[in-house]
Amino acid sequence: MRLAETTREAVQGWLMVLPACLLLAAFTHWPTVQTIVAGLHTHPVPGHPSEFDPLSNFQDMVDDPVFRQALWNNLVYAAVLIPSTMTLALLMALAVNRRLPGRGFLRLAYFTPTVLPMIAVANIWLYFYTPGYGPIGRALAPFGLGSWNWLGSASTALPAVTVIAVWKQAGFYMIFYLAALQSMPADLAEAAALEGAGRWYYFRRVVWPLLMPTTLFIFVNASIDAFRLIDQIVVLTHGGPDNATLLLLYYIYQVGFQYFDSNYAAALTMVLLGTLGAVTAVQFGVLARRVHYR
Amino acid sequence: MRRLEIAGAWMLGVLWILPLAWAVWSAIHPASVSQTFEPFAPLTLRNFAAAWRMAPFGAYMANTVVLVSMVLAAQLLLCTPAAFAFARLRFPGRDVLFALVLLQLMIAPDVLMVENYVTIGYVHLVDSLLGIALPYLGSAFGIFLLRQAFRSVPRDLDDAARLEGLSLFGRIWRVYMPLARPVYIAYGLVLVSFHWNNFLWPLVITNSVGTRPITVGLAMFSTTDQGTDWSIITAATLMSSAPLIVAFLLFQRQFVQSFMRARAGE
Repeated sequence: MRLAETTREAVQGWLMVLPACLLLAAFTHWPTVQTIVAGLHTHPVPGHPSEFDPLSNFQDMVDDPVFRQALWNNLVYAAVLIPSTMTLALLMALAVNRRLPGRGFLRLAYFTPTVLPMIAVANIWLYFYTPGYGPIGRALAPFGLGSWNWLGSASTALPAVTVIAVWKQAGFYMIFYLAALQSMPADLAEAAALEGAGRWYYFRRVVWPLLMPTTLFIFVNASIDAFRLIDQIVVLTHGGPDNATLLLLYYIYQVGFQYFDSNYAAALTMVLLGTLGAVTAVQFGVLARRVHYR
Repeated sequence: MRRLEIAGAWMLGVLWILPLAWAVWSAIHPASVSQTFEPFAPLTLRNFAAAWRMAPFGAYMANTVVLVSMVLAAQLLLCTPAAFAFARLRFPGRDVLFALVLLQLMIAPDVLMVENYVTIGYVHLVDSLLGIALPYLGSAFGIFLLRQAFRSVPRDLDDAARLEGLSLFGRIWRVYMPLARPVYIAYGLVLVSFHWNNFLWPLVITNSVGTRPITVGLAMFSTTDQGTDWSIITAATLMSSAPLIVAFLLFQRQFVQSFMRARAGE
């Protein structure tokens, strides 16, 4: 009787998870395995069928200046995007967490870009960046920068597309900080005030440590975004000018769907997967040791 | 000090709303005055009509609505039983399987677009709405979120329902799903806005008007179909995001709280 019941529960359990898990496996785990297999094989050309050569693609990668630039661009993109969105998100959350005039409007203003499709956001910013004509050009005209082509110059294209991503993402992460701030017990602040703690001291010694799990969560998500958020590059710069805005995922897209070298694209995807894996490993490493988790 | 902070918060707020405010301004004025910022310039809806005529936005919009509904329905149908089993049933391999599911939180389907394209080609679904949707139907995010919600349902309630003679699915339907309602709303809003806005994978997998969602249609429109009439581009841009913006303004509180709750599920 007992055994029959356990078996029944096991069968039920498997049947219930199976449909979702099969679909998940078909589009996450299976392609991951396929990517690794493809990445370790050479690209077939007429007369030379694809063969197993685990180093060939990676050798090409080392000698590929475009790849090196894409990797470097992506690291710069991440290094700017992650801290600036996180800082802005925290400032926004701290601002609207307190009573201040127009709090509802401010929260709306900060959050709205998050709801828009990145393509819509890119269109709006394309106008802002238009040389001579757009608001940025007109505002900077007195400084002689009116006709500067922000998206079309190799030196400013990457910062320009980064600004777009910051504008879109900061409000999204603000929500998580806001949720954490609002779940903090009010008597903590009262106790700190009774003890005569200054606001900065209270933030540094009480609020910031309590926000640590949220910060880590946002950090991991912002890092994943920094390697995934390329919609604005697809429509605005196509990775140019001179590969100045070429990011890893965009290069994979180019190699896979424009140069049709699926083996090299697979090897590039392996690099991206490795990077994402490293980010997640950091999360678990830090989680296990430092951050106290609720 | 306090005033400085308020001023800072407001400056940031104005900076953040400015691009959108400009887009609205430009879309509701004739091109000739949209650059002058005269407060009493005549308003017009012509830009919207012009944009609507210049590209098959109706078809794109319909594609997006079908796509989003399909993903929403399928995910709810697939993730609910899976989340319940992971939360409340004991079966061999459960924990390993759950860890494998969580892997998808890190590796989104668009990172694997090259191989997924091959898979979709293999089942002959390239350039179809189902082909866009398929990689997203099994969702680790949904399973994870609902599992957390189901785990917080008191065991006593479940036992009482069992004593009443409710079947397994009866218990899920009558006890678990109603109690997880706020989580379902949160999850639904996040899902709808994600798939309404999704771009890269639909761009790769579609190549005709009959399947392109609004994001891809808008991108094609603004890069190829016309010169640089900003009034018309912004009208098209606003039109394509209008349903989401309106929904967001109407359900603002739920929206914000649902994103928070999605996080609280962590």
